[in-house]
Amino acid sequence: MGDFLLGPFNDNEFLRLSLMASVLVACTCAVAGTFVVLRGLAFVGDALAHGVVPGVATATLLGVSGVLGAGVGAVVMMFGVGVVSRRYRMSSDTSIGLLFVGMLALGVIINSRSRSFSGDITTILFGEVLGVSGADLLWQFGALTAVCAIAWVCRRPFLLLSVDEGLAQTSGFSVRRYHNMMLGMVALTVVASFQTVGTLLVIGMLIAPAATGALFASRVSTVMLTASGVGIVSSYIGLLLSYHADLAAGASIVLVAVLIFTLCAIVVEVRRWQNHRKDIHHDHEQPHIHAQVHL
Amino acid sequence: MSANIVASSLAVGYGHRPIISGVEFTLEPGALMVLIGTNGSGKSTLLKTLAGLLTAQSGSVQVLGAEPGTLPARVAYLPQHPVSSHSLPLRVHDVVAMGRFAHRGLLRRTTAHDTSIVIDVMKRTGADEFSARALRDLSGGQQQRTHLAQVLARQAEVLLLDEPTAGLDINGRQAVADLISQERSRGVTVVMATHELGDAEGADIVMLLAQRVVAQGTPAHALSDAALRECFGFTQPH
Repeated sequence: MGDFLLGPFNDNEFLRLSLMASVLVACTCAVAGTFVVLRGLAFVGDALAHGVVPGVATATLLGVSGVLGAGVGAVVMMFGVGVVSRRYRMSSDTSIGLLFVGMLALGVIINSRSRSFSGDITTILFGEVLGVSGADLLWQFGALTAVCAIAWVCRRPFLLLSVDEGLAQTSGFSVRRYHNMMLGMVALTVVASFQTVGTLLVIGMLIAPAATGALFASRVSTVMLTASGVGIVSSYIGLLLSYHADLAAGASIVLVAVLIFTLCAIVVEVRRWQNHRKDIHHDHEQPHIHAQVHL
Repeated sequence: MSANIVASSLAVGYGHRPIISGVEFTLEPGALMVLIGTNGSGKSTLLKTLAGLLTAQSGSVQVLGAEPGTLPARVAYLPQHPVSSHSLPLRVHDVVAMGRFAHRGLLRRTTAHDTSIVIDVMKRTGADEFSARALRDLSGGQQQRTHLAQVLARQAEVLLLDEPTAGLDINGRQAVADLISQERSRGVTVVMATHELGDAEGADIVMLLAQRVVAQGTPAHALSDAALRECFGFTQPH
């Protein structure tokens, strides 16, 4: 049994590197994802994740760093979302949706100029967790440190924004500045994570573990810790499944995270239903008790 | 004694569309002004302008001698139905403690003084009874008491309250009235938007709104039968 659980990681250095990269991604996504879930920014996060596609495709075509391309793509997407939301009279999900598909289509078109079109686009969308290097780990550790630093420094405005934007503004924190800081933190997370789980799947790591934490926790720090735990467990189980059953590694990690959320959500619903039944039972008993007292 | 809020020929609204214009009032320390009107009458718009969330379209308004929104530690605003109350994984104590953020800024540490203020306002509002519980697990009335405690924790000189009695039963409404009375006795100026005519009791100024100022003055004057009929289409039972 021990061989089944630990053997793949003991025997294969690439799998150990993959696990370390996935754990770093899980922790980064837990911190940024907590605020994504609290503020309801899942669609914006998704758009940012797809916004990096043309940047990465261009970088691949030019033979420069994919991370650099992803960073440029994320900045363009953030700027575009901000401008379209402010300047045009349409709901933010419409403007973000248009930019999202526009950037994705642009990325696919740029990538179609590449000689290995299908291979490159698959790597961009689904990641290459089994191909991470020591240098990638270093960059991911740097991104984790930066994301934690932003979340710690901006914890007060981020919390106020999660409750009410008016409350944040009237407490002396600029809504636009700290909303952009939050988007920047999410963009950095996407850029740091896309090599491991891909731009399509990174949103799963941003949302599923943090949403699981939010089901149980009553403090933001507890949500982050729970999300980190869920992300790390998902990384381990996902890689193990991928190794033994020959499945796509990035997709396995994200699917495990979503399954953990589903199981936890069912547990919470069952508990709520049981409490509701208890309340109904209690309410039915009360008149009976009164009747006995009066008799 | 200088006035805490002065509005002169003030027009408020969204974009370039004014909702109310010609607003004039002066509020001294300890004064209570109650804004009454139907949905869309401009109560929240006027409050948001006083809070600095909207820019005055014309005229002038000064809060504590400065532009609205520039003195966050001295002016507190309670929004109408804070948006995420139903889903946020936050404890009541943590939500109330957010009221001190305006004093602490981005990085200054929370002090023992902040903690004692938070404990005190939780006792005064009754939020101490459920301080360790998650906000999302509370009833609407308990959530409203929590948000009110957060506003009081600011220890501001001006309170701008958007429907603080919404969702509260008669005891809850009386408790809010008592809290406002306590704040006024220490010189705090209060501006409150409400649908409840009963909340106007004891106010220095009542402003009856229907996308314009229908009536303004003492409760007896502003809530006259003629003004109420003009604003709501009905009068109070006598």
